[in-house]
Amino acid sequence: MIRDITLGQYFPGDSVIHRLDPRVKIIATLMFIIELFIVDNFIGFAIAAICLGLVIAVSKVPLSFILRGLKPILIILMFTFALNIFMVDGRILWQWGFLKITAEGLRLAVFMAIRLVLLLMGSSMLTLCTRPLSLTDGIERLLAPLKKIGVPAHEIAMMMTIALRFIPTLLEETDKIMKAQQARGADFETGNLIQKAKALIPILVPLFVSAFRIAQDLAMAMEARCYRGGDNRTRMHEMKLKGRDYVAVLLLIVFLAVIIIETRLF
Amino acid sequence: MSIQVENLVHIYDKGMPSEQIALDNISFTCEDGQMVGIIGHTGSGKSTLLQHLNGLLKPHSGRVIVGDVDITQPGVPMVQIRRKIGLVFQYPEYQLFEETVAKDVAFGPKNLGLDEEEIEERVREAIELVGLDYEEIKDRSPFDLSGGQKRRVAIAGVVAMRPEVLILDEPTAGLDPKAHQDVLKMVREVHERTGNITILVSHNMGDIAEMSDKVVVIDSGHLVAVGTPYEVFSKKEELRRVGLELPPITQFTEKLREKGIGIDSTILDVDTAAMQIAQYLKKEK
Repeated sequence: MIRDITLGQYFPGDSVIHRLDPRVKIIATLMFIIELFIVDNFIGFAIAAICLGLVIAVSKVPLSFILRGLKPILIILMFTFALNIFMVDGRILWQWGFLKITAEGLRLAVFMAIRLVLLLMGSSMLTLCTRPLSLTDGIERLLAPLKKIGVPAHEIAMMMTIALRFIPTLLEETDKIMKAQQARGADFETGNLIQKAKALIPILVPLFVSAFRIAQDLAMAMEARCYRGGDNRTRMHEMKLKGRDYVAVLLLIVFLAVIIIETRLF
Repeated sequence: MSIQVENLVHIYDKGMPSEQIALDNISFTCEDGQMVGIIGHTGSGKSTLLQHLNGLLKPHSGRVIVGDVDITQPGVPMVQIRRKIGLVFQYPEYQLFEETVAKDVAFGPKNLGLDEEEIEERVREAIELVGLDYEEIKDRSPFDLSGGQKRRVAIAGVVAMRPEVLILDEPTAGLDPKAHQDVLKMVREVHERTGNITILVSHNMGDIAEMSDKVVVIDSGHLVAVGTPYEVFSKKEELRRVGLELPPITQFTEKLREKGIGIDSTILDVDTAAMQIAQYLKKEK
């Protein structure tokens, strides 16, 4: 159950997408997201979906794996869908009491649903095809120019690295604690909301204790290795743009242009 | 009460690139009153195997029969199974959460739906069974205790449920030598007092050889050997092949035999070794 969360999870692979420079991938993802908000018709979405489909195909990440990551937002999706479909005024298609469905509402609802799904699939492609560590390295490099105006780029990146690094650890820890308490007869599934919330205490208390213990150990280990922040730190793997990265940037520009022209035309 | 494990197979991350066969066709049985030792390296599938024994994990194929119930069948009430089988995880002290020791130990019995009096009696019994002073410790915070004490309290939390089978996953991991011996002694006492099946997982050959009636050896998901400690530790070559050493005392007596000293081939405990060596020395004179 806990293993179902895909956002922020890496799918091991060796495709071109996996090997692209993280900076290119981050910018491409940002562009893709912005694009989804520029688009105002279905043809635009179709183009975006096809491009995303191509990226997914090249990356060799199974589609079922990406779709599994959509499960947690299903409720949000249905909620937006329902809200849009019932709340927008316009030509009435169907009415029952105060509930009415309008043509405009239906269009908007489908529109928003597609946008959300593409948004999530697009951004999860970034984390599925990029090792968390290279992702944060990329972010650090992209934020580096902001250091001049006092943005602690290295610290932000380090915090993210640590947070990402410990997501699986904490999930594992949670899993272990849950199993241990289940073995002592704890029941997390049945009961009303209050009972369910109470049932979480035997998980949360040990989890917090563990989290603090892990944090302390990590801080000690970092200090023992003379970690003093980002100044004068060198890297083992310098990030360098390669041929494939330039190709990717080129394709991205083409994609951007197509979408912008498309929205102007229709 | 007995446990039968038949052709158990478990696969992690099925269908992913990281797919891994954790258990491959494991079969063995545990009879009433036995102390069963399970040995294997880290990552050999020991912990996965244990989680099948009380239904926390479901196998991809194969059966686990506890008493006369096949617990791998859907629809078997897990609460019933867990009432019968107590599982103490590795580093069980990390599951402590209550304000006081007594409350924490009472968590399991409370989940069984027992009444207050029964719970208190069981908590007292369990805490004393693991070798702690009930009156002294019951109102203390479990987080203020020493490592060894925490571990005992955590084990008491499972013992208080009075399971018919007690499973301990590396109960001595990370303890100092003194606490290590104490915990093992405690396990033996609990086993003798209750007379139930106790399953002990360890990678310490010496402990397993000395304590168990039956030994199960697994390596990367495969069953390597099952039998009495004598039978299992006689298969020296097979054990070496999977990177497991003999118990220290057995290694020592092996070395003596290699030097041409006439003692039995597989000796598993220090007392027997001492006796044999004494006899040999007398004969030599």
